[in-house]
Formats: sequence, C-alpha cells, structure tokens
Amino acid sequence: MLTIKNLHASVEDKEILRGINLEVKAGEVHAIMGPNGAGKSTLSSIIAGNETYEVTDGEIILDGEDISELAPEERAHKGVFLSFQYPVEIPGVSVTNFIKTAINESRKANGQEEMPANEMLKLIREKSELLEMDRKFLSRSLNEGFSGGEKKRNEIFQMAMLNPKLAILDETDSGLDIDALRIVANGVNKLKSKDNAVVVITHYQRLLDYIVPDFVHVLMDGKIIKSGGADLALELEEKGYDWLKS
Amino acid sequence: MSKYTEDDLKVELENKEYEYGFYTDIESETFPAGLNEDIVRAISKKKNEPEWMTEWRLEAFRAWTEMEEPNWANVHYEKPDFQAISYYSAPKKKDKYQSLDEVDPELLETFKKLGISIDEQKKLAGVAVDIVMDSVSVATTFKKTLAEKGIIFCSISEAIQEHPELVQKYIGSVVPQRDNFYAALNSAVFSDGSFCYIPKGVRCPMELSTYFRINQGGTGQFERTLVIADEGSYVSYLEGCTAPSRDENQLHAAVVELIALDDAEIKYSTVQNWYPGNKEGKGGVFNFVTKRGLCEKNAKISWTQVETGSAVTWKYPSCVLKGDNSIGEFYSIAVTNNFQQADTGTKMVHLGKNTKSTIISKGISAGKSQNSYRGLVQISSRAENARNFSQCDSLLMGNNCGAHTFPYIESKNTTARIEHEATTSKIGEDQVFYCNQRGIPTEKAIALIVNGFSRDVLNKLPMEFAVEAQKLLEISLEGSVG
Repeated sequence: MLTIKNLHASVEDKEILRGINLEVKAGEVHAIMGPNGAGKSTLSSIIAGNETYEVTDGEIILDGEDISELAPEERAHKGVFLSFQYPVEIPGVSVTNFIKTAINESRKANGQEEMPANEMLKLIREKSELLEMDRKFLSRSLNEGFSGGEKKRNEIFQMAMLNPKLAILDETDSGLDIDALRIVANGVNKLKSKDNAVVVITHYQRLLDYIVPDFVHVLMDGKIIKSGGADLALELEEKGYDWLKS
Repeated sequence: MSKYTEDDLKVELENKEYEYGFYTDIESETFPAGLNEDIVRAISKKKNEPEWMTEWRLEAFRAWTEMEEPNWANVHYEKPDFQAISYYSAPKKKDKYQSLDEVDPELLETFKKLGISIDEQKKLAGVAVDIVMDSVSVATTFKKTLAEKGIIFCSISEAIQEHPELVQKYIGSVVPQRDNFYAALNSAVFSDGSFCYIPKGVRCPMELSTYFRINQGGTGQFERTLVIADEGSYVSYLEGCTAPSRDENQLHAAVVELIALDDAEIKYSTVQNWYPGNKEGKGGVFNFVTKRGLCEKNAKISWTQVETGSAVTWKYPSCVLKGDNSIGEFYSIAVTNNFQQADTGTKMVHLGKNTKSTIISKGISAGKSQNSYRGLVQISSRAENARNFSQCDSLLMGNNCGAHTFPYIESKNTTARIEHEATTSKIGEDQVFYCNQRGIPTEKAIALIVNGFSRDVLNKLPMEFAVEAQKLLEISLEGSVG
C-alpha cells in the first residue's frame, strides 16, 4: 500500500531524513520507534504532505502512485490520515461541523454526493460510542480547552469517521491515562481490517501492548537502522536505544 | 455653478457600458453635479415636501457648510469633491407599483443578478422587502399584512407625505442635523430611505427587510432611515446592501435613527457588501454612516452588522441608554481585504440607572488592509449600576494587514462595572495544515476558521441572513491566502 523509497527531507537546510525506506502492506500494523529528534514526527508530517519540510530526494508511493507532489488535502482524499501529536484548536468550529466538512470535502473530491444528514448522524453516533465519547463533546469547539486525552480521543474519532486507508498515529499515547489509552487502542483495533494499514509512531512500548504491531522499525538520525517483529519493541523498552548506536 | 432651473431637472442619463460590474439600463433622472441651497430646495420640491421639511434640510445645509470633514479616523483616502457629486437620481417612474408585474423587467433582472429574487423573498418566511433603488422606493411588498397590525413600513418620502406628524416629531431627534459632517450632509440632501413605525404593544410578525444598492455612476447615495418602536413593541429590521462594481469612488453617507420607547425592542441587522475597490485598491465605495438608537425606559436596541465591503468604512452604530434599565447591544464582524480600510465600532452612552451594554466586535484583516475597532463606553454621573462588557477580537491573515483597537472608557459614576477583553490572533499554518490533512482545501479551511471566529456574532443574525453572511465572508476572503 505504502512504499517509501530513499526519502530525504530537510527543513531550513538541515537534513532530517537521510534515506528512509519503508514498505507497508494492507492489513499490517507497523510501529516506528526511536529517541527524541530522530525524525519520527517529520516522517509522519511528510507523508501527510506538510510543506514546512522540503523533500530533497526519494519517493512516497501510495497504491502505485507517487503522491510526493500532491497537496495535503489530495493525499487525504486518497485515504491518508494523520493523527496529530499536537492537534490544533479551531475556536468556534464544533467537532461535528468540522468532521462533517471533512467528510463532505473528501466525498466531493471523489465525485460523490454529500453525505445525507441522517446517515451522518448515524455514523457520528456509532463512532462516538466506539470511543466512549460523551455526546456533549461533539458540540464543543474543536480541541479548544480539551484535555490531552480528549484531544487524542477526538483524533481517533475523526479517523473512525473518515475510515482511511493508511492511518499514521503520531505519539497518540502521549497525554493519555491508562483508561483512555485502552479506549483509544481498542478503537484503533476495531477499525483495523485487511484493507487498511496503520503506522504507529511512539516513544514507548506501552501503546504496543494494546496495538500489537506486525513490524517494528527503529528510526535514528533520519534513518531506519533496525527492523524486526513485535519483540523488538520489548527489547528496546528494556535496553533503550544506545546499544543500537554504531 | 450655474443657476439651477426646472429644465436642469430633466437631465437624461447617458447609458454607457461600464468596464466593471453590471449596470441597469433604466431611464433615470439625475441632477447636475454640485451642491448649494438651490439644489437642496430642488430636491425637496422634487419630492413634494412640506415647507417644514425644506427648512429642516436648509438648516442642515447651512450647518454643513460651516463644518469640516473629520479626519480623526484611522483611514486614509482622497477626500471626495462634494461639488462633483450629483445629489439626486431616481428611476423615472411616476406611479407606484401595485404588483411585481408592473416593475421594470430590467430591474428585476438586476435583482436576480444580485441573488435577490423578490418572488423568492415573498415566499421566504415572512420577509417584506422594501427595495430602495437609487434613492427612490420602487417596490413595496407585504404592506397590507403589516397595515392590518397598524405597522407603517414605507419609504421615508412617502412617510413625509402620509405621516408628517411622526416624521416631524422624530427625525433628527437622535441624530441632529449638525451631529457631524456627514450627518449634516445627509440631512440636507437625503433622497430616500425607509420609515418604520410599530404601534404600541405590537410585535411585528415578520422581519422587515430593505435592500439598498447604489446604481448610478457618480451619484452619492444618502439614505435616511427612521425606525420608531412605540411602547412595548418589537421589530427586527434587516438591511442588506450590494452594489455593482464601479471604477470610481462612490460616496455613501447614510443616517439611521432608531427610537425605542418604553419597553420596546429593536433588533437592527446589517449585511454590507459594497464594492471594496479592486485588488490594487482602486475604486470602491466610501461609506460614512451615522447610526444611532435611543432607548427609553426598559427598552432594548441590538445592532448586528456584518461589514465586508466598501473601500473606506466609517461607522459606529451607537446606543443612547436614556431610560432606566435599558439595554444596548452591538455585535459586529468587519472584514477587510486587499486595500480596504475600516474604522468601525460603537458608542454606548449610559444615562439611565441600571443600564446595560454589550459589545462584541470581531475584526478580520487580510491582504494589505487596515481594520480598526473604535468604541466609547460612557457612564454618566446619574447612571447608577451601569454595566458594560466589551470584547474585541482581531484575526489577522498574512503579514501585511493591520488590526487596531481604540477602546475609550469614560465613567463618572463609581458604581459602574466595565469589562473589556481583547485578543489578537493569526490564522496559523498549523491550523490550515490540520484542515488540509482532513481533506479540507485551504480556501474552505480559511472559511471554516473565519466562521468559527465570527460565530458569536453570526449567531445573533436572523437565520436566512446568517447563511447569506457566511457566504459573504467566504467570498470576501477568496484569494486572500497564497
């Protein structure tokens, strides 16, 4: 589904990614781990199309199409979803209004009619129940005054609503207490299917107890220096990252 | 200028194609440019006005000649040449229309272009439309329904003929002729406008709506609006404005007076979308408006405005809270883009005891525009327990625009409680990226963010107007990101 070939990227002439190669197939869960400043968040931003970063070399291929020149919304329309580490506030725009706009813009881009209101309401009800969200939450301004946990839960709620092909979860576990973590992880697991894929970016093993990855990659200094199975995450938890430094 | 004669009244309009915008090809009658006592008399005569009205206009004119155009506002523009403006222009129709069928089809076509279909309006939830087209009212609807309740809703010219006692009593009672330079000018030369009277204890069953537009090149428009809500009555009044684009500056100096007698309530909503000038800042309407309401005991006046147009805006809808327990409200969204300049805000003058006022102002600046909020909260010595809450938020788009806040507070009573909050924010790239990531393109994202920012004010507008206003915000900011 997603193939990243020799990806190099920099911000303000500072090279952050130095040749990333990654292959994610439908139905798989990949975890990308690594110390602070390794380039994990940069990688997720670049896949989503953030123009703050300059891609200097390499390709990002989604379902056989190079998407590295596409605008972020075009990538979203093709099924790329990023759960942000720090979701932004949009005062005065309710969670419901925002997600409704997002869904209908994607439908429009894909030549579909707007989603009928009753269908939208049904979907909202179903997905908010999945994430054990209070209905009142939906009429609040997007992320405004949300706790860290509420923000992350709202990200996964949007993921559930948009039903993406490729979901990248950037540090979704940070700011979550153990109950919220369980709810969020449970939500992600329920959304998983043989047709979509999840890339989990995390510092810690903790989230991977709930969302069990098929592959674990270690990102350091802008490169993937080691890949393995779920066991690798446990090993990292135990030993830290230093032993991997050459 | 040369002596003015009756024949001069019959100057025919030269119909030309304009480079920008559309232009309604209706036979018009236009006065020659320039202003003197004879012109003022001619306007009054043309409108068949009684002697007192003519005198009132002349008084205003004399006051005006001694006044100077104010320059304290935070706007910069080339001062209009008041002798180069024609002060009267009217569609050349002698008779009033009884039904829409009699209205010039071209006029109807113009309304269609503006998206204001009268037929549609008629079907819409109880909206009566009094359309002012180049100064003279050409179509009035729903008059009968209103008449049954004793409500008078007509052009001010008609009111001067039919209800002189009301007009004479209230005109200039809130905005005196010599109030300010533009108000004096308006008082001297106002060509038409709307008049509304709600009798005691009557709740007006529908939103009263007036569409203003400026049609004829070089014709300054000077509307006069007078709304009187008698004791215990209620009215919601909508004023929407559009004008065809024009490559020359057009002066607009309206006066709106609201009178809310004891226990009455007036809700006055405006959507203003006059030609703001092109991307280089050329052309556009100059909008110098005086709007003020007077509240008697327990009365309430709410001003809600969405200002997206005009090259230069100078406008401060105000409330004089004369009666005890009266309430004044001001909710405003002002959008400036490209080279637009807006200096707008309100004055809340607390005279009575236990008077309350609320000010919520949302300024949105884009391009190279300048957007200023200017407000005055004045508490007089006998206004015990007066309350004011002001909130001024500014939203900036890009690095070349400006937002300014000038809040003035004068309190002469120690029991007053005055609160002022102000914020300035910028549409962040991170906000736009977040929306983009969810599949929302940048233009739509900006509209969403701006609508969210403006929500507190949009919520105050009547339903149909709110939808229109939202669309207007989107259109006004099109191409402002890049």
